[in-house]
Amino acid sequence: MVTQILLLALALILVYVVIMQVGKAVELVSLMKTEEERYEESSKTVAFWFTLTGIFLAAFIAYTTYTSWHKFLPPPASAHGVWISHLITYILVLTGIIFVVTNFLLFYFTWKYRYRKDRKAYYYPYNNKIEVIWTVVPTLVFITIIGFSLDTWLKIFSEAPTEAIRIEATAKQFSWYIRYGGADNELGPRDFTLTSSDNELGVKWKDKRSKDDFLATEDIVLPVNKPVLVHIGALDVIHNFYLPEFRLMMDAVPGVPTKFWFRPTITTEEMRKIKNDPNFDYELACNQLCGQGHWNMRRVVKIVSEKEYKQWLSQQKPYVESNVASLNNSSSDNKLTAELQ
Amino acid sequence: MVTTSIQEHGALSHGIAHHQETFFRKYIFSTDHKMVAKQFLFMAIGWAMIGGLFSVLFRVQLAWPDHTFPLLETLFSNWFQGGVLTTEAYYGLITMHGTIMVFFVLTAGLSGTYANMLIPLQIGARDMASPVLNAMSYWMVMLSSLVMFASIFLPSGMASAGWTVYPPLSALPQTSPGSGLGMSFWLCSMALFIASQLMAGINYISTVLNLRTKGMTLTRMPLTVWALFFTAIVGLLSFPVLFSAVVLLIFDRGLHTSFYLSDIYTGGQALTYHGGSPILFQHLFWFLGHPEVYIAILPAMGIVSDVLSTNSRKPVFGYKMMIYSLLGITCMSFLVWAHHMFVTGMNPFLGSVFMLFTILIAIPSSIKVFNWLTTIWRGNIRLTPANIFAIGFVSLFISGGLTGIWLGSSTVDIQLHDTYFVIAHFHIVMGVAAFFGMFAGIYHWFPKMYGRFMNETLGYIHFFITFIGAYLIFWPMHYLGMSGVPRRYYNFNEFQAFGQYKDINILISVAAIVTFFAQFIFVINFFYSIKRGRKCTDLNPWKSNTLEWTTPTLVPEHGNWPGELPVVHRWPYDYSRYEDGPDFIPQTVPMTEEEIQIEKNMHH
Repeated sequence: MVTQILLLALALILVYVVIMQVGKAVELVSLMKTEEERYEESSKTVAFWFTLTGIFLAAFIAYTTYTSWHKFLPPPASAHGVWISHLITYILVLTGIIFVVTNFLLFYFTWKYRYRKDRKAYYYPYNNKIEVIWTVVPTLVFITIIGFSLDTWLKIFSEAPTEAIRIEATAKQFSWYIRYGGADNELGPRDFTLTSSDNELGVKWKDKRSKDDFLATEDIVLPVNKPVLVHIGALDVIHNFYLPEFRLMMDAVPGVPTKFWFRPTITTEEMRKIKNDPNFDYELACNQLCGQGHWNMRRVVKIVSEKEYKQWLSQQKPYVESNVASLNNSSSDNKLTAELQ
Repeated sequence: MVTTSIQEHGALSHGIAHHQETFFRKYIFSTDHKMVAKQFLFMAIGWAMIGGLFSVLFRVQLAWPDHTFPLLETLFSNWFQGGVLTTEAYYGLITMHGTIMVFFVLTAGLSGTYANMLIPLQIGARDMASPVLNAMSYWMVMLSSLVMFASIFLPSGMASAGWTVYPPLSALPQTSPGSGLGMSFWLCSMALFIASQLMAGINYISTVLNLRTKGMTLTRMPLTVWALFFTAIVGLLSFPVLFSAVVLLIFDRGLHTSFYLSDIYTGGQALTYHGGSPILFQHLFWFLGHPEVYIAILPAMGIVSDVLSTNSRKPVFGYKMMIYSLLGITCMSFLVWAHHMFVTGMNPFLGSVFMLFTILIAIPSSIKVFNWLTTIWRGNIRLTPANIFAIGFVSLFISGGLTGIWLGSSTVDIQLHDTYFVIAHFHIVMGVAAFFGMFAGIYHWFPKMYGRFMNETLGYIHFFITFIGAYLIFWPMHYLGMSGVPRRYYNFNEFQAFGQYKDINILISVAAIVTFFAQFIFVINFFYSIKRGRKCTDLNPWKSNTLEWTTPTLVPEHGNWPGELPVVHRWPYDYSRYEDGPDFIPQTVPMTEEEIQIEKNMHH
């Protein structure tokens, strides 16, 4: 291994030495010319390579954009996701035009106005009229972007409809608790002082709103076209509740509850057809660095029809019934059971 | 031993007879602003190579997560166990990469080098307002560097909560191995760093305000000085806030206070912290953190303005507008910080206010771009290595700046926040672009520092590989981000949605490795040219108007102008003003009657 490393280092050094020698040689040759000739010659060579670079990069950008466009903006699977996509298209077109025009001018001017010893630059220190124009025009363009964004932003963060299905996502290192409101669609209240290894969420199981709550143990199942209000939190460090296809992202902060509501519009089955991928699944990810397992907090989200959702619901047992009741029998001095009695 | 060093170094680097100075006085504890500048520059080059190496190491993991690299295990046995980068090392390396590049290279390195080198020379001063404070600011940053460097080798691991060190992850050692001693070192280093920045900043500001030579009115200052001046103001107002963030975090860690912590349950234990908010830290952090990106980019903007103007043989277009736009950026940089926090659950109204200012800050930036384009339009552009880097800067600034408008929209941010789109955006606009400004400055002012030129051909090779490399590395990251791939993932294979872009990740990593090794071309060129570069025989090699080229010796002695200080009669951008005669008029040349008349009319 050591010899390998030495050989590699030697090869690298050799490359650098060759490059350096070339540099030295070119310098020596160029010294035979006057300064003006040197500038003219080197400017021409560099302008040529710079133009070539510009053409290469333009081709690279155009080709990758053209061939992979559909892949890079996955179809939004929520109502507000569609709004965000419209906004992105608008901003993309505007910034795309500015990007192409200004970069083109930069490369073109560099080529066209490269140094020639018999030319003189044009003394042009300022022009108030032009400067006012290119202050005002971008301002107006930016204001349209702000307006469009603001409108969508406030719509997204409007109050959730009262009939929204309530679920609670609580992150910990490195997994999620997903709690459903159950039959009454109300999440039982929590109290941090009740937190223990048996009741990490600190749910007040005594409260009647808690009695029908259940935890999704595997996939997170939700019906299509129904509003869903997600209450988001964390036990230990900051996490982030991230559903890329639904364009949903919200931090999960310990001690500071957050929420986000959305309306899924495409079922998992439909999306499998759209993507032409029978194995496709919506995924929940963490998107705020939360420690060594940050990259591994996946949960599958299944969007199903109303009927399938009802069916799934009927199979879920309230948490109190399946866990707390049994605990009640096993350990009498348990905090949980104390809370229940 | 010491005596030989004096003779060697004294003879080689200056070739000027010096008064009796010991080696330590001259090279180590120097108060000469030019020597302090070089110290900052050397430190920045060292840190940049380390920061760059770290990025190559974690790019290896991201491109080839399923391969083993015995070679890397031999070289970095602690990090590559069994030939695979450990998660601990991965998160440590990304944290250190960010910290090193943002603070030690693009803040201390960029401002430290150019403010020290150029402020006194370009305004006609003999040194900084307080040379001792100046040297102390360097020694403080060196101390801070040593602490940060030592933390890399801690057996318990370096800090690994990301360069933004959000608590509770950074506050509670039980949540991450790097949050133990590594984090303590990080916080200690940062406190020292901030102290250094404050000493430096107050010095830069007072030098610009008090030590300008006769005739050097504020509106006759080169844009580089203007930019460095505003940078110092931004730093002076925002770094203390980071200091408070750091101190409160130290309290939470050591004294069990609850500034940032509340209701935490970890490792099977409910902790007793109550009533704090992790979001408070983010507000304090980004109150510096966002101005920080302007601290990195403003000096580059100034340098680029001057390099473009000198080498296009044309005045900077819209000099006054350039100052106003710098001022605009300076003021607005304090009103945009919470755009890093759009998805923390902040009040949507607050989000809309920060969106407004964030998008509006693009106005001064776009004015600057248009003005740079007009500066080179109909110029006579000498494509020196410095100038091609300046032109490359403009291209990168456009490309990276425009995606800032995407992310500035809080609505779009819901989709793109903390994805690779963000990585692409800020690396292009304040990472690579700021580096390009720094490179432009080094190639341009190298003769002033060492009396020699850097090799041009090597400069061009360095430019083209770096420029193409930067686009190949960061452009595809936009695609990754738009498809939802999150940043700071150790491995994408766990997710269907993120694991499907292996080819792109390989392209990015290969480009990163090539670009990293191309930087050695620059480093070799730099150190070789200090001793062996082509001698510069001209006192004003670029035929520039600014004052630094009027010193009686090309490499100025301590004090810069041994006799009288130069007197300034005009602005620094009279390039190609008249059809006949030389195409530049230095600032020290008195104005003609006609010119005085024209200037009077301009003000009415």
